[in-house]
Amino acid sequence: MSYIHIENAGKTFEENGIEFTALSEVNLDIEKGEFICLLGPSGCGKSTLLNAIAGFDLVNHGSVQISGKEVTSPSTKNVTIFQNYGLLPWRTVVKNVELGLEAQGIDKKTRREKALEYLKLVKLEDFANSFPRQLSGGMKQRVAIARALAVEPDIIFMDEPFGALDAITRMKLQDDILDICKNEKKTIIFVTHDIDEAVYLADRIVVMTPNPGKVKGVIPVPLHHFRDRTSGDFLLVRDKIFDLLNMKQEDNIEYTI
Amino acid sequence: MKRLISIKYVVVSIVILVALWQFAFTISDYSEALFPSPFMAFQALVEMIADGTLIASIKASMYRFIIGYGLSVIIAVFLGLILGSLPRVFNYVNPTLQLLRPISPTAWMPFVVLLFGIGDLPAIVIIFIAAFFPVLLSTVAAVSKIDDIYFRVSDNFGIKQPALMWKVILPAAFPGIANAIHLALGSAWIFLVAGEMVGAQSGLGYQIIDARNNIRADILLATILVIGLIGLLLDFLIGLAEKRILKAWGGES
Ligand SMILES: Nc1ncnc2c1ncn2[C@@H]1O[C@H](COP(=O)(O)OP(=O)(O)O)[C@@H](O)[C@H]1O
Ligand SMILES: [Mg+2]
Repeated sequence: MSYIHIENAGKTFEENGIEFTALSEVNLDIEKGEFICLLGPSGCGKSTLLNAIAGFDLVNHGSVQISGKEVTSPSTKNVTIFQNYGLLPWRTVVKNVELGLEAQGIDKKTRREKALEYLKLVKLEDFANSFPRQLSGGMKQRVAIARALAVEPDIIFMDEPFGALDAITRMKLQDDILDICKNEKKTIIFVTHDIDEAVYLADRIVVMTPNPGKVKGVIPVPLHHFRDRTSGDFLLVRDKIFDLLNMKQEDNIEYTI
Repeated sequence: MKRLISIKYVVVSIVILVALWQFAFTISDYSEALFPSPFMAFQALVEMIADGTLIASIKASMYRFIIGYGLSVIIAVFLGLILGSLPRVFNYVNPTLQLLRPISPTAWMPFVVLLFGIGDLPAIVIIFIAAFFPVLLSTVAAVSKIDDIYFRVSDNFGIKQPALMWKVILPAAFPGIANAIHLALGSAWIFLVAGEMVGAQSGLGYQIIDARNNIRADILLATILVIGLIGLLLDFLIGLAEKRILKAWGGES
């Protein structure tokens, strides 16, 4: 069985007695080391699916398993990076990065060394003693990335992590995250509504549509980590996504290019 | 420069107060013993400082204040952090709090004196009550308003109680708590005087009653001024401490 195995996963919310299906019959298998993008318009259940895999908000139909074990709560082995960074404003940058290490019972000195090492990785070692409010959005998200990497997680979940950033900063961070992935070889599940971002980053793109939220198709991106935003291949994958999002096709077509 | 300007405001403001007082003294028909001039009050102040009564009163009052207010704040914040983290328990506690909260601390006074007699305790209890409810309720509110993302992050990184309390909940709720602690200081100081007027034989509040009994309006007014000045000073000091902590915890400097 695959590393992450999602079978018939569904999620309904009840509000004022009315049942609302946010996610319906999702079947998905993800292998170790894959970079997966969940792509789709707002409201299609991307966050719902991500939170279900991360263990924050469980599904109420079907099952979500990681390494053969049903997900029941967030795990310290898998870290989530949020759109609004989730940094603790009362802690300095380096103390933020140390947060996850504190719970692991690592001694103070090692903790600090490790935190600084990961801050260096995201090129923020000069800001170790700044507070989050003194940083730009892009820098804050890099701190969050360093904090996630510092605990050496198996999976990193990201929910529109660059959504609040300007286009140029976003592209820089996309390159950074690809670089880091190449070196650290993590499994990454990345939510975005930006088609270009998905094509640029993902090994496979899970295209989702709303009402009810479901997986419309999974598109492999055969560009590996040699990407050019203007190449023909890039545009080809983009076209496939447009097709999938605009045209009424049968569910769950696996595209191969 | 800014400091100089604010000193200017203070000086002008106080000069106006003294001038109005002097004016009222000049036109009033009351005897000097009942309604003294600013200068007479000042002389009384000097007299009280010289014979040591003022220092003794301030000492007695400060002792009660620090015990009553300090205990109240510590217990209220502690309980507030716990109740704020346990909303279901708070649902059961809240009605009682809402019932007790609108009761003026002075209303407890006779009861407290009956129980504990005259001495330090009544004033301490009154100060305690005065600070307790606002700090407790604000702490609960501040905790319940903490952004859920901090809990998700803590959960994700395996930060559990009791570390969660002082690593996340306390600093996240601190701005709201500090504000309440600051406000409560003012009301606690107000009720200290009320408490000492009824339940004590020493302290600034008692000194006012004593001055009345001896028909020494000059001492009475001088004491009132001292009470105001100390209140101002305490407020300034706690404001300073509040800013310090907020700054250490990454707030706007
Ligand atoms: N806690 C909730 N209660 C009710 N409805 C919710 C809740 N969370 C999400 N939804 C609904 O589920 C749908 C999918 O939400 P979400 O997964 O956040 O979408 P996306 O992340 O793709 O924008 C939306 O229509 C949203 O309104
Ligand atoms: Mg979302």
